[in-house]
Amino acid sequence: MNASAVAPAREFLESVREVCESVPDPELPVVTIGDLGIVRHVGVSPSGVVEVVLTPTYSGCPATEVIRDDVRAALSARGCTEISIRTVLAPAWTTDWITDDGRRKLAAHGIVPPSGRASARGVDLELGVRCPRCGSIETRLVSRFGSTPCQAMYRCTSCLDPFDRIKPY
Amino acid sequence: MSADNPAGDNAPMAPDVRRLHVYALRLGDDALILAQRLSEWASRAPEIEEDIALTNMALDLLGQARALLAYAGTVEGADRDEDDLAYLRSEREFWNVHLVEQENGDFAHTIARQLFFSTYQLALYEELISSGDEMLAGVAAKGVKEAAYHRDHAEHWVARLGDGTDESHRRMQAAVDRLWPFTAELFDADDVEKTLAAQGVAVDPSSLAAGWRHAVGEVLRSATLTIPETVWNSHGGRRGVHTEAFGYLLAEMQYLHRTHPGATW
Repeated sequence: MNASAVAPAREFLESVREVCESVPDPELPVVTIGDLGIVRHVGVSPSGVVEVVLTPTYSGCPATEVIRDDVRAALSARGCTEISIRTVLAPAWTTDWITDDGRRKLAAHGIVPPSGRASARGVDLELGVRCPRCGSIETRLVSRFGSTPCQAMYRCTSCLDPFDRIKPY
Repeated sequence: MSADNPAGDNAPMAPDVRRLHVYALRLGDDALILAQRLSEWASRAPEIEEDIALTNMALDLLGQARALLAYAGTVEGADRDEDDLAYLRSEREFWNVHLVEQENGDFAHTIARQLFFSTYQLALYEELISSGDEMLAGVAAKGVKEAAYHRDHAEHWVARLGDGTDESHRRMQAAVDRLWPFTAELFDADDVEKTLAAQGVAVDPSSLAAGWRHAVGEVLRSATLTIPETVWNSHGGRRGVHTEAFGYLLAEMQYLHRTHPGATW
């Protein structure tokens, strides 16, 4: 590749990366898959194939296949024709990969983002969780499984509102 | 088909390839069949939160099963994908342990089965993370987090039911007693596990038995439950010999795919 081609190639790579990372999560559309940290790699091969590597949040997360289709559609809309999308299991996704921006968007949407860093065992449900509506710390875990695999259900005992939380994982 | 050739007569594979294929299937079948059992709770659980919890766990296990079955198919090299392996094998070609195929029973039975299996699976995945096989290590690294949640869920319920009312205690103890004979099989190891473990690929399940008994014993004791005396043990799932409950499960699981081959939605 000659010097004059480098800048456009880099620009192209940046633009396809932006396209991939901007795809909204199908189950939590307030955040993008870039915010969630499930886009593990975006590259362009020497022959021009756009290569994307994704990782699922949970092994059986039903959104995984929808996300793959959405990324393909977004890249096609951007004019990409040669697209290769792979799903890898390792390294395993962790809530530590959710970006600060993603955490802010979740919180603004009333979903409590995971606090601290996920422990090796991924279970630290005893920590206090603040109600996203009234700010009370008087909350109770209702179920460690919620509306999506990555969420747990809580209830605020001050304002009585139920809310979701992304469980540290 | 014989115990010496659990992969079936139609699949002549090199011994190393056959072992890896069978091992991936054994782990995958455990996850698949337990996922099927747990999904039977959908819309039937005692409360909405449990409905969601049990089906969420089914989903985790199904995800693990898909990865393992797809891998078993790739290793075999006979052009069978995860759906072929899940829907088109007969009863004698499944290698899951008897524990996971046992009927749901009442909620206490499901929880006892969850405690026994998730404690085993968590310990297994914790070791399998170090496997020299990249795919198995990847499934384990992901599954270990899920199994930790499953075990935590079961442990809380065993404590609540065992140390709850007279009725919940009676039922929880009955469930533990009923399913206890199916736990020894979790630690069975034959040539497949032993050879692969020596190669750093698999975990020899017999090495997990002592830790499992200790961990489960602690949970039962703190829930005021009695650890059953072993009267008999059920074996044979790893060789494709199953209990009566399994055929009915398989009939339901495979019905749609066999009636409408290749159906998609």
